[in-house]
Amino acid sequence: MTAATALSTLHLDEPPLAQRARWAVSDTLTITRRNLMVWMRVPAYIAFTVIQPVMFVLMFRYVFGGAIPVQVHGGYVNFLMPGIIGQTAAFATFGTAIALATELRKGVIDRLRSMPMARSAVLAGRLVADTARMLVTILIVIGVGYAVGFRFQNGVAGAIGMVALATVFGLAICCIAAYTGLAIKDEESVQAFGMIWLFPITFLSSAFVPIKTMPGWLQAFANNQPVTYVIDTMRALALGGPIQANLLKSIACIAAILLIFAPLAVRAYKRAS
Amino acid sequence: MAGTDSETAILAEGVTKSFGDVKALRGIDLAVRRGTVLGVLGPNGAGKTTAVRILTTLLRPDGGRARVDGHDVVREAAAVRRSIGLAGQSAAIQEELTGRENLEIIGRLYHLTWPQARARATELLEQFDLVDAADRAAKGFSGGMQRRLDLAASLVGNPAVLFLDEPTTGLDPRSRLSMWDVIRSLVAQGTTLLLTTQYLDEADELADEIVVIDRGLVIAAGSSEELKNRVGGDVLEFTVADQHQVAAALGAIAPLGEGEPHVEADTGRISIGVGSGGSEALVSGVRALDAAGVAARGLTLRRPSLDDVFLALTGHAAEETPEPAGRGRKRGRAPDGKASS
Repeated sequence: MTAATALSTLHLDEPPLAQRARWAVSDTLTITRRNLMVWMRVPAYIAFTVIQPVMFVLMFRYVFGGAIPVQVHGGYVNFLMPGIIGQTAAFATFGTAIALATELRKGVIDRLRSMPMARSAVLAGRLVADTARMLVTILIVIGVGYAVGFRFQNGVAGAIGMVALATVFGLAICCIAAYTGLAIKDEESVQAFGMIWLFPITFLSSAFVPIKTMPGWLQAFANNQPVTYVIDTMRALALGGPIQANLLKSIACIAAILLIFAPLAVRAYKRAS
Repeated sequence: MAGTDSETAILAEGVTKSFGDVKALRGIDLAVRRGTVLGVLGPNGAGKTTAVRILTTLLRPDGGRARVDGHDVVREAAAVRRSIGLAGQSAAIQEELTGRENLEIIGRLYHLTWPQARARATELLEQFDLVDAADRAAKGFSGGMQRRLDLAASLVGNPAVLFLDEPTTGLDPRSRLSMWDVIRSLVAQGTTLLLTTQYLDEADELADEIVVIDRGLVIAAGSSEELKNRVGGDVLEFTVADQHQVAAALGAIAPLGEGEPHVEADTGRISIGVGSGGSEALVSGVRALDAAGVAARGLTLRRPSLDDVFLALTGHAAEETPEPAGRGRKRGRAPDGKASS
């Protein structure tokens, strides 16, 4: 079947490859634009993606922060910000999953799949728009962090590196979210499922507290999971310190997530009904 | 062009599709001539949506083959997509965006330039009487307006073949009539249309040819008139207001009919085919009911409707869920609609 399908894509009335590539790019940009327009029209989406992380910054900075001892130059707020930013990137993907599930339910995806547009564009446009949205959120959160005492300690390159790593990490999580959204299909279940794995994986990490304050059995998990690798790398990029081991682990984890979940998401999209 | 009869816009032969144990389509044949309207009529779960999804390349058939506008729906899916428009059971529009933005974006995805996409959007907004609402978010549109916008979106690419899956389900009667007008005007412009519906009057109004689908099979095909003739005559109909008298009424009229009488449980309306019995059947009906002491209202003799046809063909009414028990066949979740996978 696959071979037959591959042959049929060479059918004579197909436009040439270069034309199709141009369309794939322009279709992706059109979908990206549409998604960003929708995002900006709905106050609830903006509240969810911006206000919530800002509240986390303020809450941890002023409510829990005093009780959490860290050995970091500049105190807890400097420890906290890379963690919050990593969590913000991960949580931003709720929007990805819910939006795809909603479009599936409303028949929007059926309509788009019945059109002569690039098959890749709906997912690609979703990922591009959601990554852009995530980047905006991260920059706002950094701004709020600055207002409450956070300072980068490792120069501009380190700061940019931290934001870039958070964004790429978020993109990888977006692929997982896209897959869950298309596979689970029901918006409320998608949201509930997101809670079930995103909360533990971000809180049981080095994001908010030093792992050595956790009980031993929890340390074993927290020390050896992707979010900790990524956040420790982000922290080293923002504040200085040894970086190489965690950076390699982060890259390996992100690559593994992308390799597994990007094809799953594409497959779920093609089969969506 | 691929070498099929260029007069046939849609051709399906022996198309089958199963979802797990549920056989949604058990070998469907369809042929729609260019410029005509085929009404696919059947109850929920009959397989209508599955058939549309296969013809619009959203789903691969398990067996059989289908061509739309001369292209095979599996091997030449991309070419099929350039020929078709699809509007499904719900309005597949982006509610946060305005009517105009929705259409412009669809236009861009059909690879129109921005000026072309804008012009096409304006044209369609006028055609579908949405000019006043064009720049409001579609969220605030009425159900009828949302469906019109959705239909407009399916026409952005000037499709040769249009698929409308239950275009008026859930609409109030007035919006339904206005939707019919819109559809008639499209057909007048030469679009080939395949329309699914569970409403017999809708098929009667809009379709040149009708196929009746039940449980994944085409059980009848023909024009509305031909199908009505299959009932084989007139129908005697009346309403029994008192629930307790329904059994007595059925007993009284059963001998007059050519088939089983049918009762609509919630209204107490009873109908029975009386063949060519004509007014004699009417008189006998009055006498029989009177003798049984049944108070019947609105006793009439009328030409059969498509409802009667459906009843005669399937043994159940079109808008009823088929009774599975007596058939001894396991049926899962309705394979027709969003819940399926």
